[in-house]
Amino acid sequence: MSLTELLPIAISFEEFTDIGFWTSVGVLAGTYTIFALGLQINVGYTGVINFGQVGFAAIGAYTMAILVTDASFSFWLALPVAVLVTILFGLVIGMPALRLRADYFAITTIAAAEAIRFTAQNARDLTGGNQGLLGFSDDWDVVSDRIEIWLEWLGWSNPETLFPLLIVVWVVALLAAAGLSVLQRTPWGRVLRAIREDEDAARALGKNVFVYKLQSLSIAATLGAISGFFIALNLNFINPDAFQPLVTFLGYAVLILGGLASYWGVAVGAILFWTVLEGLRYLDLPFEDAEIAAIRFILVGLALILLMAFRPQGIFGKREEMVLGD
Amino acid sequence: MTGAPRTGLASVRDWADANPARVALAIVVTIALALVVTEGLQNTAQTSLNGLSYGAIYALGAVGLTLVYGILKLTNFAHGDFLTFGAYLAFLVNVTWELPFALGVVVAVVATAMLGLFFERLMWRPMRGKGAGMLQLLLMSIGLALVLRNTIQFIWGSELRSMDVDVFSTVSFLGLQIGRTELFVMIIGIVVLLAVGLLLRYSYLGKQMRALSDSVDLAETSGIDTTRVITYTWLLAGGLAGLAGALIAAITNVKPELGFELLLPIFAVVVLGGIGNAFGALSAGLILGLVIEWSTLVIDSRWKLAIGFVVLILALIVRPQGIFGRARTV
Repeated sequence: MSLTELLPIAISFEEFTDIGFWTSVGVLAGTYTIFALGLQINVGYTGVINFGQVGFAAIGAYTMAILVTDASFSFWLALPVAVLVTILFGLVIGMPALRLRADYFAITTIAAAEAIRFTAQNARDLTGGNQGLLGFSDDWDVVSDRIEIWLEWLGWSNPETLFPLLIVVWVVALLAAAGLSVLQRTPWGRVLRAIREDEDAARALGKNVFVYKLQSLSIAATLGAISGFFIALNLNFINPDAFQPLVTFLGYAVLILGGLASYWGVAVGAILFWTVLEGLRYLDLPFEDAEIAAIRFILVGLALILLMAFRPQGIFGKREEMVLGD
Repeated sequence: MTGAPRTGLASVRDWADANPARVALAIVVTIALALVVTEGLQNTAQTSLNGLSYGAIYALGAVGLTLVYGILKLTNFAHGDFLTFGAYLAFLVNVTWELPFALGVVVAVVATAMLGLFFERLMWRPMRGKGAGMLQLLLMSIGLALVLRNTIQFIWGSELRSMDVDVFSTVSFLGLQIGRTELFVMIIGIVVLLAVGLLLRYSYLGKQMRALSDSVDLAETSGIDTTRVITYTWLLAGGLAGLAGALIAAITNVKPELGFELLLPIFAVVVLGGIGNAFGALSAGLILGLVIEWSTLVIDSRWKLAIGFVVLILALIVRPQGIFGRARTV
């Protein structure tokens, strides 16, 4: 009797030795690391519950794509401009909304993100509506090809097409995690934590809490925009469906899995999360693809519920650092 | 407002701050009159009719959300998916089992009420016992929303479905037309809204609910059986969500995203009515329904959902305590 007959649910293990599988998991994990690092600085270190992170990714990706395709910007110039536009948008939302109570801020940010997706769907002249936009990645493709040639020179005869993106996304993700970790040890980082622990105490010490929160939100916006670029390069086109509120919630699952108040935890959380979520596609279950898709998100939901109920600090978080806005 | 009465524009503002409900009413009436002048009485009345149908549904959805928030301080992101659950149960009875739609509505109400109570016992009560923080509860409700929506999608698939209701015959009166089903939806919606309003205002249960939303501890010390009141709150919230879901499914479609798409307009109603304030939610629901449908007279109807976002964001920023709320720290 073979192994597959013994197990009620058999896993086709060959997928897990396939470099293609790991490349696509790696790109997703890297993208969500950058995405969730933004959530980490807001939620884990400042106590600002940002539910609209996907809105930043959408603004970043769309601004970049529109600048390249409509205004014939070079891709490399479009990136910093798109980051600036996203930060500006974060300030416009944050200035009024950060004065609100934490749960109202959460609702405002999710509404703002949905408003962006809705605009992307309906302002068809600018955004291509549900068809979306493509043809913004020519400049990137040149670099990607160059990395492929270099990989071949290293002795990999036929490298994965997404492998160059994998390298770049992780270089950016690790630089961001390292940068944030350094920033966290500065006096500035300690003020953020003080705000998370006790806003009034920080204010009483003469810290301008509002400005610190805005800065934290701007950093999240920057990281959101960068993750938006990688979402766009991974898909090779963008449409409103890529920026569903679900993306933010997956980001929260990554964040909680890794643990609040730990930047390196985010990277580990992202790798674990996407290995399991993508691996589930290859479970040999007697269901249709659409049903498997539903099962994957039922499991994400259950994971969020169970983690929050039994281990809210995640894998690497510390229980003492869980002052979650009572 | 304290201090000496001010004059001129400032005094108008003070009056507006003190009487926000009247200001809101005046704005709605002004918009209505402006539309009558520019777009004609006929068009305005017709869109108002549609607006009242949708408005009643938003209000039904919002009352439960606002009561749960007021009493348990829980922002339930799964509330929209309670509506979806109701819609699919009505679909099961009405289409799969080929029974009358009205029976489907009754089943939806009862089953969604039980669903609300089920999760109270399974999740929310134990978490309250643990003294869970706000982020924990928010993320659990999002997890629950994902579980509910995808379980529905697993069972029924993601394609659009329709109730087996009469969508063709219409009723005409005073030169206005309304579909038979829409009329049914509007009448049921408004009758139930009024009944809920009266229940909350005059019954002992309503009084107890208001006591709990002021302070659960004080309510408990004054001898109110808080567990019982919380049970009724979830039954009411779930039942009304199920009703709203079944009703909106009859005049639109049945799909897994139905409730989640309604969640933001419902939040808009909750905030506009003053979070925790059930009467506020009732009136704000009707106002939002009217404003959204009126907007189709002036702008392309594919933008009409945007009105919900605009109202929500403006309400949060300009008047986070809502039209009827008292100024508190928000």
